[in-house]
Amino acid sequence: MSKSETATDSPGKKGKWTRRAFIGAGVVAGSALVVGVAVRQGNPIDRLSPLLTDGKNEQLLNAWVKVDTDNIVTAVIPHVEMGQGVYTALAQMLADEMDADWSKVRILEAPADMQYVSDSIARDFLAPNLEVPAIFEPTVSGGILELAQAMGLQFTGGSYSVRATGQRAMRTAGAAAREMLVAAAASEWQVPASEITTADSMIIHAKSGKSEPFAKFALAAAEQSLPAKPTLKSPDKYKIMGQPKARHDIPEKVDGTAIFGIDAKVPGMKYAAVKAAPVIGATVTSIDATTARTMPGVLQILNMGDFVAVVADGYWQAQQALNSIDAQYSKTEGDGLDLDAIFARYATSLDEAGEDGGDMETEAGDVGKAFAGAATKVEAEYKVPFLAHATMEPMNCTAWVRDGKCDVWSGHQAPVNARQAAADAAGLPFEDVTYHNAYLGGGFGRRSDSDAVIMATRIAKATGYPVKMIWSREEDTAQDHYRPSATSRFRGGLDKDGKLVSWDNIHTHLFDPKDAPTIPYYNIASHKIRKVDVPMHLRFGPWRSVDHSQHGFFIESFVDEMADAAGKDGYAFRRELLAGSPRHLKVLDTAAKMSGWGSALPEKHGRGIAFVPSFGSIVAQVAEVDMTGAKPKVTKVYVAADPGFVVNPDGFTAQMESAIVYGLTAALYGEITLKDGAVQQSNFHDYPMLRIDEMPAVEVALINGDHKHLGGGGEPGLPPIAPAVTNAIFAATGKRIRELPVAKHDFA
Amino acid sequence: MIQLNVNGQSKAVDVDPATPILWVVRENLEMTGTKFGCGIAQCGACTVHLDGKPIRSCSTPISAADGKNITTIEGIASEDGTLHRVQQAWIEAQVPQCGYCQSGQIMSATALLKENPNPTDAQIDAAMAGNVCRCGMYGRIRQAIKAAAGIGQPAEQETVA
Repeated sequence: MSKSETATDSPGKKGKWTRRAFIGAGVVAGSALVVGVAVRQGNPIDRLSPLLTDGKNEQLLNAWVKVDTDNIVTAVIPHVEMGQGVYTALAQMLADEMDADWSKVRILEAPADMQYVSDSIARDFLAPNLEVPAIFEPTVSGGILELAQAMGLQFTGGSYSVRATGQRAMRTAGAAAREMLVAAAASEWQVPASEITTADSMIIHAKSGKSEPFAKFALAAAEQSLPAKPTLKSPDKYKIMGQPKARHDIPEKVDGTAIFGIDAKVPGMKYAAVKAAPVIGATVTSIDATTARTMPGVLQILNMGDFVAVVADGYWQAQQALNSIDAQYSKTEGDGLDLDAIFARYATSLDEAGEDGGDMETEAGDVGKAFAGAATKVEAEYKVPFLAHATMEPMNCTAWVRDGKCDVWSGHQAPVNARQAAADAAGLPFEDVTYHNAYLGGGFGRRSDSDAVIMATRIAKATGYPVKMIWSREEDTAQDHYRPSATSRFRGGLDKDGKLVSWDNIHTHLFDPKDAPTIPYYNIASHKIRKVDVPMHLRFGPWRSVDHSQHGFFIESFVDEMADAAGKDGYAFRRELLAGSPRHLKVLDTAAKMSGWGSALPEKHGRGIAFVPSFGSIVAQVAEVDMTGAKPKVTKVYVAADPGFVVNPDGFTAQMESAIVYGLTAALYGEITLKDGAVQQSNFHDYPMLRIDEMPAVEVALINGDHKHLGGGGEPGLPPIAPAVTNAIFAATGKRIRELPVAKHDFA
Repeated sequence: MIQLNVNGQSKAVDVDPATPILWVVRENLEMTGTKFGCGIAQCGACTVHLDGKPIRSCSTPISAADGKNITTIEGIASEDGTLHRVQQAWIEAQVPQCGYCQSGQIMSATALLKENPNPTDAQIDAAMAGNVCRCGMYGRIRQAIKAAAGIGQPAEQETVA
């Protein structure tokens, strides 16, 4: 048995399913004592208990937590780990409500099963103001669960895990488990439940001096009815939440034992290299594989219609053979398109919409009148390019289709979707597909799409082998689901006192979330925000912070331009716009204060500020740039963030650092271009990444501004970095960057 | 047949001599800690040591390792399982996020400290600039390398040659 496959006997390791583990798994080891009683009949989790327990030493309390005879509490996490620390943060929320001993808490990833779809995410989409729901009562939540299932949500993204699943499901589960344990002890000891306390996985009755571990009552607790609305702790009672607990997944990420999708091992497995038609939507009309057929290790050469696959004994053999194949492709409407042509389309659509066309997103006051009467008028147009995700782990998937069954191994942000996609590709019912999720070598939105799963399943079906399909980096770069390029136009008006009184914005249509172009936190009496749709042949996908990545740059650049036109400092100008919002002001003030805003800097150095609330969190950043060299150097970034309440301060800080690097890489260098409809970039030499020698010092301040309404952590650190940097470049040089990436511009 | 010493163990592999070390390690030897990132020595995810020196295994043929010692991420802890001080520092600084690049980062860092027990920031940057981390944990990598250097052993000792 390899150690990555067990839950209870390898502290700090992520648990895996014995029945669904990577091939080679044995049984989960446990202690000798058998508890093993199933959850009561009719409970919706009855069907799940065989998957969660080994039937020997564990007792399932509810779908998110189990307690075994060693007094180990296992949190079952219905999200995937892609470095955001979700396993640890969600386990902290459950363990705190349960009064568990943190040193005895283990983590198990939920299987790709419909019972684990993110009911709480669906709930957030539908009814964001619901109180903590009684999610264990199917009568109450059944409708929402049904809808979540229909949507296929067991999704990790949108910075939702902590604020939705954690806040609504994990905490409730922990509190419910605690109440059930207490009820069982009260019954056994014949004392009132109100006299019983819990701490460090122990149940205590101080009056009689009785004290027993959770495990003692795990069996009896499962017979208790599930509390419909368990009592959650107030923040002053938190012991584990709010603490910088070490991440559970880190130890196996420093010794090579962490298993990513690309590491799947299946006996008899073959390897596939693939090349899709370079222009999205084209088909492979013919291939000349004369050379490939003679190459060592080559087993099969497949024209799959939309891509070519070579299956061989080894991946390198497959890729070498693929490289020798000459393929011809059909013509499409996308042929002949280049980046200039796409931006020309955007311009035409925006021109046609004029001052009143397009789809209205939000409107207040009379912008036409306010702009006409403004003392100072400013107009500006901004552009951002297509971006690839460039996850470190290239797209890959292992699949095996045989005897009416299909097994799929991958790292995916939406395992239920992946399972359904594999079922469709294999032509099998959902129930006949087993989906094995692994660690994600970077997600950033890319791994929410199932294209790789579908391709691998099709290849596996065509060959009969278990096949591991790996995309080359070139394929990964050229066949991404890109962050959309966009153009955004603004007209702004200031009154005679330099107050921003009119805001008129029209932009090309993007993706999600819908609030990204809006600025409800800024007091601007008259505003109008519109969009126009422009059809495109490229595939779009969510890219870390999604539309906030573009609109953060657009909005905060234009605010800076308006501040300059008003003759005001960017920080002071934003303070005026946020007057009356103390929570927002505190974030802005904190970042400014950390940076020493207003103090002198050396010549050709500059400071820029940006403020973007997104995904429920408020973030302000100040960037410092050094423009003395041939290219801009970002030396320092100060961050203030208020996500409501920070569950794991070190984890949240790491997410801010990470988002800044991801956003800074894009701001400085990121650009996917097209020639004849095909993506021109191929690998890290022509789609460059920020490296350690360009890493700015990052200082993060966290603010707990509203413990009832939590915001996300994975994405909100990204949107402010591009405008903070370009505003700093303006401060240092007087040159306003209206088109990203910065590398396009000459500062000599 | 190509003769290798991998993490202290003798291995013989029958493969095309042009096969990159990366794929021999991952597929023939079934050691998946070493990662594929770019295939053209641009990202460092595949870094291993060849006779103690860091190399990009995606772009080095297995013929170059004939009769030599390869050390991978699986081979840097002590035989009793005690982690290498760089690995310990990595945990202490909570460096990895997705973790995919970290085998390569750690192999570059151990090689750096072996050559230069007390590197300056500039020397750390120079030694580590070939390793991309898309999760952007460069600040923590610097911090962890310094912490590992501060533990005080004057020269790096590879636990497995």
